[in-house]
Amino acid sequence: MTVTFKVTVTYNTTMSINLNSQFTQLENFGHSLKASCYRIQIKRSEDIYEAFQLAKKLGLTVTARDTGISYNDVSLNSGGIVLDMTGMNQIQEWDPATGLVRCESGVTLEQLWKRVEPDGWWPPVVSGTMKTTLGGCLAANIHGKNNFQVGPIGEHVVEFIAMTPTGALMTCTPKKNADLFYAMISGLGMLGVFTSITLKMKHICSGLISVDAWHTPNLNGQLSSLREHAPDHDYIVGWLDTTMRGKNLGRGQIHAANNLKEGEDPNAHATMQLSYQHLPDRLFGVMPKSLLHYFMNPFLNNFGVWGVNTAKYISSLRDHTFRQSHAEFHFLLDYVPDWERSFGRDGLIQYQSFLPKETAETAWREMIELSHQRGLPSYLGVTKRHRPDQFLLTHAMDGFSLAMDFKVTDAKRAKLRELLQAFDAIVLKNGGRFYFAKNSETSADSTRKFLGAETISKFKKLKKRCDPNSLLESDLYRRVFL
Amino acid sequence: MNPSYLEDTVTLASDSPKPVSATPLNPRRRGLIIGASDGLGAELARKLTREGYSLALLARTQDKLDALCAELNTKEQLARAYVHDVAEYNKVPDLLRKIVAELGGLDLVIFVAGVNYPPGGIDKFNFENDRKMIEVNLIGAMAWLHPISEMFQSAKAGQIVGIASVAGDRGRVGNPGYNTSKAGLATYLEALRNRLTRHGVNVLTVKPGFLKTEMLKAAQGATPFAIEPSKAADDILKAMQKRKQVIYTASIWRWVMLAIQHTPSFIFRRLSF
Repeated sequence: MTVTFKVTVTYNTTMSINLNSQFTQLENFGHSLKASCYRIQIKRSEDIYEAFQLAKKLGLTVTARDTGISYNDVSLNSGGIVLDMTGMNQIQEWDPATGLVRCESGVTLEQLWKRVEPDGWWPPVVSGTMKTTLGGCLAANIHGKNNFQVGPIGEHVVEFIAMTPTGALMTCTPKKNADLFYAMISGLGMLGVFTSITLKMKHICSGLISVDAWHTPNLNGQLSSLREHAPDHDYIVGWLDTTMRGKNLGRGQIHAANNLKEGEDPNAHATMQLSYQHLPDRLFGVMPKSLLHYFMNPFLNNFGVWGVNTAKYISSLRDHTFRQSHAEFHFLLDYVPDWERSFGRDGLIQYQSFLPKETAETAWREMIELSHQRGLPSYLGVTKRHRPDQFLLTHAMDGFSLAMDFKVTDAKRAKLRELLQAFDAIVLKNGGRFYFAKNSETSADSTRKFLGAETISKFKKLKKRCDPNSLLESDLYRRVFL
Repeated sequence: MNPSYLEDTVTLASDSPKPVSATPLNPRRRGLIIGASDGLGAELARKLTREGYSLALLARTQDKLDALCAELNTKEQLARAYVHDVAEYNKVPDLLRKIVAELGGLDLVIFVAGVNYPPGGIDKFNFENDRKMIEVNLIGAMAWLHPISEMFQSAKAGQIVGIASVAGDRGRVGNPGYNTSKAGLATYLEALRNRLTRHGVNVLTVKPGFLKTEMLKAAQGATPFAIEPSKAADDILKAMQKRKQVIYTASIWRWVMLAIQHTPSFIFRRLSF
């Protein structure tokens, strides 16, 4: 009798793989969720096709993952195949004359801005960290602090190529295959896998950006500031002290910024050099910042965070205007490397809600009060101004968003879960929406309510067309669409 | 590109049951119990679902598995049944992959399956029975734990529990085949432990004495220190949490076996036990 223990699947002679030795425990960005998946390294688009074939043969599902910077399960596929796209990271073409750049989908924002900035360009939309990749940014259709001015990243995509599970390479532009263009961007990687993305960069006249900072005494002040000052700024973002309740609820600080115009920066050429855009990796020139998260950890409890937020608010009372580099202004999350580790062993989650400008204040007041009543205040709140867009699974609207970070602990899991369910009800009642790159607990029911049955059936029809065998599935897809 | 593969008839992932998505606030651990239909396996299944595990339960008979799943799945689906005979080694890789996909990962594997066919007297020999015991108790375990070790080693996470026996600690007159199968299993588990600890994987060897199960009826002679399987399951869960290496259950067997192991051969070979 022969006993075969080793399962080696060989196909097309180019990729030979023993899936067992690819079994990997992957995490979300906040280290609060683990998933065991079979990871397959992708180097070229042909590999994606072969991985689809393999998945079909073995009855497994597939999802694409780049740097894994999402707060939730969008790039996890428990018990299935995860395509590691970080190997497809070539900037294929860059034209400083037109500002058009063509990249493979695993190119990070860091690679991108470092390439285009010295030529006087900047990515039109960036996330708070530069570690995200273009593939991930398109799949989630990310927004920046300039969402109210320029929309999400999808509006700056000139063309992309994506491979569907049938093996077809689809070229999509706002005109050609428009239905797929508007659905694959925001489509959470469930219709196909991006292989090549062409983006239009934004022209800049200086490596510096002029920032106005002022404080706001309460939630009403914060939201009216965002609303009134957004039109005359390129970027606006608010920090909200979520540890305060009562009359100080929602106090915080606004940072609003404008790109400098031609001639405003006498040293424009110098400030656009990469050396000028460097985020220092040592604190006070001495302590490596990579160690900083260990020192932050003791403050990550209800009392400590109250202290930190209060100190921050007091320091924000001095309203002022200053200039800083683009990298410093945009990539706040990269200031402290591995900052998310400071939340401890069980990590963190983020809850971001989008609300119409009319109902935002009522809804968030109710939510923040509720979080205090339950003894589960959020540790950090960030607000932004938004406008609607026409992508299929859009999260934006004419209103505001509030992102709240929560520390996860074993003892408080169930309580926090109940709190977020109550939040979902408040958001839905007030006509709000959720963001699939952030929220980790949104249920299928909440999703149906905010997206609407029509949108979901449209999305599922497109999915049937692109992926007739339903090979593309992620933990997020199973959570919110099945 | 050639889309011809689309015409093949294969089991599609879309037709299989879906795992429940874990979330940071609703985490799930996923376990596989091989030999779960009754006795110790069933008790472990009951306790692990209470601890929040999602389980895949394997056994030879559908009816018993279905009854157990019905008992465990009253509130939500926590257990799934898979009918399988561990002696069918070549079916293991595909079934394992299917289980991992349907369960949504794998954190814990418990190999409980075991058979005991005594030869029927200390002067009787029965090769067929001995062979069956080796095939199930030892090679069956190797067939499953080999690919699982490969996966856990790669993931740098996971826990393996193997149910060996006090019977493996010494070759005795009563049942040479059973002694050998369990001794082999204990040695195999030790070797896995030595390989996998450096990869962050815990391997626990459990050596039960007498358990009040079906198998007890096969035992000849006295059955001292017999315990309920639920007591043994408690001991195993505790040992898993503490990431222990070897446990006896009931714990008194550690001392009993110490004495037996140190009994000199010139005495031991004259005993009829």
